[in-house]
Amino acid sequence: MDNEVKNKRPCLYDKHVELGALISPFGGFEMPIQYKGIAVEHQAVRTKVGLFDVSHMGEVTVRGKDAERYVQHIFTNDIAGAPVGKIYYGMMCYEDGGTVDDLLVYKMGENDFFLVINAANIDKDWEWMTRQAADFEINLENRSDFYGQIAVQGPESEATVENVLGLPCKELTFYTVKTIGDVIVSRTGYTGEDGFEIYASHDYIRACWDKLISAGVQPCGLGCRDTLRFEVGLPLYGDELSAEISPVMAGLSMFVKLDKAEFIGREALLRQKTEGVARKLVGIELADKAIPRHGYKVVKDGQEIGEVTTGYRTISTDKSVCMALVDTQFAKLDTEVEIQIRKKTFPGKVVKKKFYEKHYKK
Amino acid sequence: MAKVIEGLYYSESHEYLRVEGEYGYIGITDFAQNALGNVVYVDMPDVDDEVTAGEDFGAVESVKAASDLISPVSGVVVEVNEALEDAPELVNQDAYENWIIKVSISDPAEIDNLMDAEAYTAFCEKA
Repeated sequence: MDNEVKNKRPCLYDKHVELGALISPFGGFEMPIQYKGIAVEHQAVRTKVGLFDVSHMGEVTVRGKDAERYVQHIFTNDIAGAPVGKIYYGMMCYEDGGTVDDLLVYKMGENDFFLVINAANIDKDWEWMTRQAADFEINLENRSDFYGQIAVQGPESEATVENVLGLPCKELTFYTVKTIGDVIVSRTGYTGEDGFEIYASHDYIRACWDKLISAGVQPCGLGCRDTLRFEVGLPLYGDELSAEISPVMAGLSMFVKLDKAEFIGREALLRQKTEGVARKLVGIELADKAIPRHGYKVVKDGQEIGEVTTGYRTISTDKSVCMALVDTQFAKLDTEVEIQIRKKTFPGKVVKKKFYEKHYKK
Repeated sequence: MAKVIEGLYYSESHEYLRVEGEYGYIGITDFAQNALGNVVYVDMPDVDDEVTAGEDFGAVESVKAASDLISPVSGVVVEVNEALEDAPELVNQDAYENWIIKVSISDPAEIDNLMDAEAYTAFCEKA
């Protein structure tokens, strides 16, 4: 039980225990993996609405005279001329193009940004960000311990946030944010459905949780958060992105603005884009029911050509599919490949790495 | 409380063995199916494959993870439960009714290494 000592507990921990959740360490936190079951929770989000505790996510604020210039320096996307309230997805990269983390940048005001980073990377990111801050007149704050966060996701999420929580959110468009007092509400998520994320003090988040549970909203664990994001082809740091896997390799070039004058990793990523990369992220669909999992080998004519990053038997479409990093020459659609699953290999073919259509409200 | 049936033999990796003459039916216990959650796929060997006590012969997969199946005894597969190919959830509905493979047991002495119902119940309580 060493883990329990080392891992942090989110501010909703006791609520999860009360609900009988299966709890497991994730990203340095004791997080709920499932309550009723991954499939039930997954379908609640696809068809109605689900509630997630995502308090493990990290939050960093960047404020001051050089805030915009600093974010432009560490971030692959381009926030130049962004209106207040707009949110951008992108990465922080190393000089060699490898990924430090993927993150959301919220523009809260002129030279006032709110960065949302992955739980498992909080310490590493903070170290990286402070190291890059030397030449900028900014005030950088790690607010990860202050903020709790919940996500309300699914086609009924707007009505739920409006009616149950009394937070007006109708006018928020996709990837925009507003503050209501000290509460931050954004139309964002990690499920491929319409949805909202709410950041606030632990007390406020706990009160929101109670109201939503009392209203009958299905609590959802990180188990279905992974199946939901996977089905719509969203990457998870540690699987599809890492210090070795650049956003260009992961097929995320649309979030890398190479026409921006400068950002860390730009030269390397530009080279990858123009000269090509050794491996690319693809989707693979198996003919059989066997399930490809993280780390399984992708094989062609007896040679290892890649590795599975995430795989499931999908809940929405009931297919055995995975995302995998493969040698670029085998990355074309319809290429026949095999996946080694335990003692056997199973035939499959390269497909688009989106196994289910997103249903965002834009 | 997980269901344990008298007269079966149990392994520490939560497989059971039901002996009928020279044959044995092997599956996962109620404790194991409950710990796994919804079973979405059972990876089974082929008929005539050899299995060895203590070695894996397949896997049971939930949404989240694959869990190896470890054979409690050595033998040759004479039948696999084909119903599980289309309905793996049968393992959740009744783990003891829905065995996974039937083997002809090659070394009956290996059965002595397994737990009886009482010992397995105590084993689960500690787990």
